[in-house]
Amino acid sequence: MMSWLTSFQCLASAPTETVGTEGGFLVLQVIGVLLGVMGLLFFLGAAVGLLRFPDFYTRMHAAGKGDTLSTMLMLAGFGLVTMEDLSLGSWLLLIKIMAVVLFVYLTSPTSSHALMRAAFEDDELPLTEDDLRNSKRGKRRKKR
Amino acid sequence: MTHWFAIIMGAALFTLMIPVIYRIWVGPTSFDRILGVNVIGTKTAVLLVVIGTLFDRVEMFVDFAISYALLNFVGAIVISRYLNRTISLKDMEAREKEGARKR
Repeated sequence: MMSWLTSFQCLASAPTETVGTEGGFLVLQVIGVLLGVMGLLFFLGAAVGLLRFPDFYTRMHAAGKGDTLSTMLMLAGFGLVTMEDLSLGSWLLLIKIMAVVLFVYLTSPTSSHALMRAAFEDDELPLTEDDLRNSKRGKRRKKR
Repeated sequence: MTHWFAIIMGAALFTLMIPVIYRIWVGPTSFDRILGVNVIGTKTAVLLVVIGTLFDRVEMFVDFAISYALLNFVGAIVISRYLNRTISLKDMEAREKEGARKR
């Protein structure tokens, strides 16, 4: 808490002067680590969905959403963790990292959409309820 | 502490890439493979920022990450346009046979 307060005092008084806070601010680092762990969790969801889901469209649903959000969370976490002081350079670094995030947010849904459209026009059929009923697992469930 | 966070994060990212690589390897359709390549490309951009944190040169590696994300996007768009309405030779012959039967 104290380091947070001193950081704002530093911002108010002299932005070029680096006041001695050893190795970055603790609060920012904790928030950054939390964001990074949340990003890993979302990427875990995307990976498991990509591994387990039955047809292409559901897999793309998992991969598109989980990938975009986990990229944003992880990059924001690293931007906060690497922020060592409140000088102009570290602000520029944070803005640059957020520019990567903005770019991924623009491009990842676009490429997902293009891929989905290519698959749909290429007669890749989505899984229906009948397919599930006729599959091996569905028959096994019926026997029970 | 920053370095340890970066090392653990990079190791976890590599570990979580293994299921995606499995999907690229066995993917039933080619679209699954392209999807997996896309996911791994996006995560490589994140991994570049992690490596930049390890080298204490984030400002340089962020530029690499931007260019890598751009290449990844262009590659995904190009490959999806290429795969659009591309039928294998066997399917084309089968369709022609069906058409002949209908006539």
